[in-house]
Amino acid sequence: MPWNEPGGKDKDPWNSGNRSNNGGPPGLDEALGKLLKKFNGLFGSGGSSSKNGPNKFPWVLVLVISAALYGWWGIYQVDANESAVVLRLGKYHDTAGAGLHWNPPLIDTVTKVNVTEVRTESTTGQMLTEDANIVEVVLTVQWHIDDAESFVLRVRDPVRSLEEATDSALRHVVGSLTFNSVISQNRTQVSAETEARLQEYLDLYQTGIRIDTVNLTDAKAPHAVQDAFDDVTKAREDEVRAQNRGQAYANDVIPKARGRAQRIIEEAEAYKYRVVESARGESVRFERLLAEYARAPEVTRERMYLDALQQVMSKSSKVLIDVEGGNNMIYLPLDKLGQQAGGMGGVGQKLSPQVEDEISQLLDQLRKNQSNNNRRSGSVR
Amino acid sequence: MNNKTLFTVALLLVALLAISSSVFVVKETEKAVLLRFGEVVRTDYSPGLYFKVPLWHSLLKFDARVQTVDSSPVRMLNSENKFMMVDSYAKYRITDVRRFYVATRGDERNAVRLLSEQINDRLRNQFGVRDLHEVVSGERDELMEQITHNLDQKARTNLGVEIIDVRVKQIDLPPEVSESVFERMRAGRDREAKDHRAKGEEARERLQANADRQQVEIEAEAYREAQQLRGTGDAEAAAIYAAAYNKDPEFYSFYRSLTAYKESFKNKSDMMLVDPESEFFRYLKNPKGE
Repeated sequence: MPWNEPGGKDKDPWNSGNRSNNGGPPGLDEALGKLLKKFNGLFGSGGSSSKNGPNKFPWVLVLVISAALYGWWGIYQVDANESAVVLRLGKYHDTAGAGLHWNPPLIDTVTKVNVTEVRTESTTGQMLTEDANIVEVVLTVQWHIDDAESFVLRVRDPVRSLEEATDSALRHVVGSLTFNSVISQNRTQVSAETEARLQEYLDLYQTGIRIDTVNLTDAKAPHAVQDAFDDVTKAREDEVRAQNRGQAYANDVIPKARGRAQRIIEEAEAYKYRVVESARGESVRFERLLAEYARAPEVTRERMYLDALQQVMSKSSKVLIDVEGGNNMIYLPLDKLGQQAGGMGGVGQKLSPQVEDEISQLLDQLRKNQSNNNRRSGSVR
Repeated sequence: MNNKTLFTVALLLVALLAISSSVFVVKETEKAVLLRFGEVVRTDYSPGLYFKVPLWHSLLKFDARVQTVDSSPVRMLNSENKFMMVDSYAKYRITDVRRFYVATRGDERNAVRLLSEQINDRLRNQFGVRDLHEVVSGERDELMEQITHNLDQKARTNLGVEIIDVRVKQIDLPPEVSESVFERMRAGRDREAKDHRAKGEEARERLQANADRQQVEIEAEAYREAQQLRGTGDAEAAAIYAAAYNKDPEFYSFYRSLTAYKESFKNKSDMMLVDPESEFFRYLKNPKGE
């Protein structure tokens, strides 16, 4: 303490007086008393002897220095972000704002607090929800000192009160909400309700604290059941994926079916067109021919017949058999003939079983005819 | 001279000592009790400067601010006979410092102990008739208000203390109970996950089946339309043919037969065994055709 430094023996009373007062600042009366005593002593010694001149001098000097130091000691500065709570003789006197101030030391006590700084308090823990689930919540509270007087004078430990009130308010709010609304749907409700409740508690305790914001930093399922919750998330994705797969299948199948359907219809259209057009063509052809035929039926008929037969005969293999007067047994190497014909026609070398079958039928027919002819010729002769 | 100075200093010292021990300040944050040989003389101090007689009077000061009773978590049994650890706190303030001094013999720790016992006792009574759900999310405000009010009355008369608020900070479930809660939560999530998966499958099956149905429907409609078209075509063609051929049915039959013959015998492999007696070979043997 600066006022103590230049002290001689005469400083001791100050010290002892101060100590005897239980560490508290000495009162005004006490200080006045001291001052009076000093003056008395000064005059008394002055009056008793003029020879004591050199002795008298230090008293005055000490007094002046003490007064100066006392004055200097009382000067204090309050920063722009601070408030200073001043107690005069233990009683609340004033809350000083920013600037340079002077208070009588020992009489006034000054407590400075930062009132603009936003401080953060966070709480974390597992708590029960309304539907008796357990949720893990991390909550941060931002606050500042709103009322310096209350903050300093009304509550023993305002910050601890804040912590306790935060815990209680948060658990109360979470306890009245369902698990799902805490972790997802109503997160803002959690922080808003906690803020309101917390402010109510703090006002009740007269902490002088103002809550700026309450943030629900994290709300999740406890570690022990986290995997089950992750699985739900996955299941949601699975659901969407399955839906998409189904939709993809539909998107794949239906357009293709439509395409196929169109093809079927187009083919039918084509068939219809072909059938009708060929009918038209053929009927016109027939009608034209019929017109000419009507003019010369006999000749035309004959010509057509012969034309057709010529075409048939020239294009197919034929065996001419003059059965009349011949043997009953004719050897026809039809397979060879067929081969020859096939070779000539450039068709397959071997007769298909079907053709062989037909040939054998023909041969049967032929034999019957032969016997008929024989009988006929027999009857003619 | 030296002696005289010494005497003055000693006198000053004694006087200061006397003054300083007879003067005291009661701060805004304090409440004071003035005792005369153990007997309470005065308690109604508002903040300020006061005097007492040294040695004759003695002074005790207590904290006048709002203070906290933070009892450690207590095991409590609820109506379902399940244990839970309840951590609570209370806010109190000394109102009647005389009573407070008498009740606690000047030791604040005594007050805290007494209060925390009473709080826990009340909480235990209230929680004992409630189940977990009611404790956690029931009418907690009312419950706490009731406890606060009840305790406040008691504490004012017994301890000279005003109870501002009683709050439950934390309710922890013992491991076996929380494990069963976790089990239930897990089961719930499991159900939800299964539900999602099954719904997904349902949607997929629905969509695929619907797509299959649409496919069949589309093709069936197309088939019907196609057959209609073909039928229309056939009918139209038949009508056209009939219109033309009806003009001379006999000639048509002749003409059509010839066409058919031509069509039937087109290949060299078509074998024909021909009787020379036939009409075609009329002139082959005999130029006169007889």
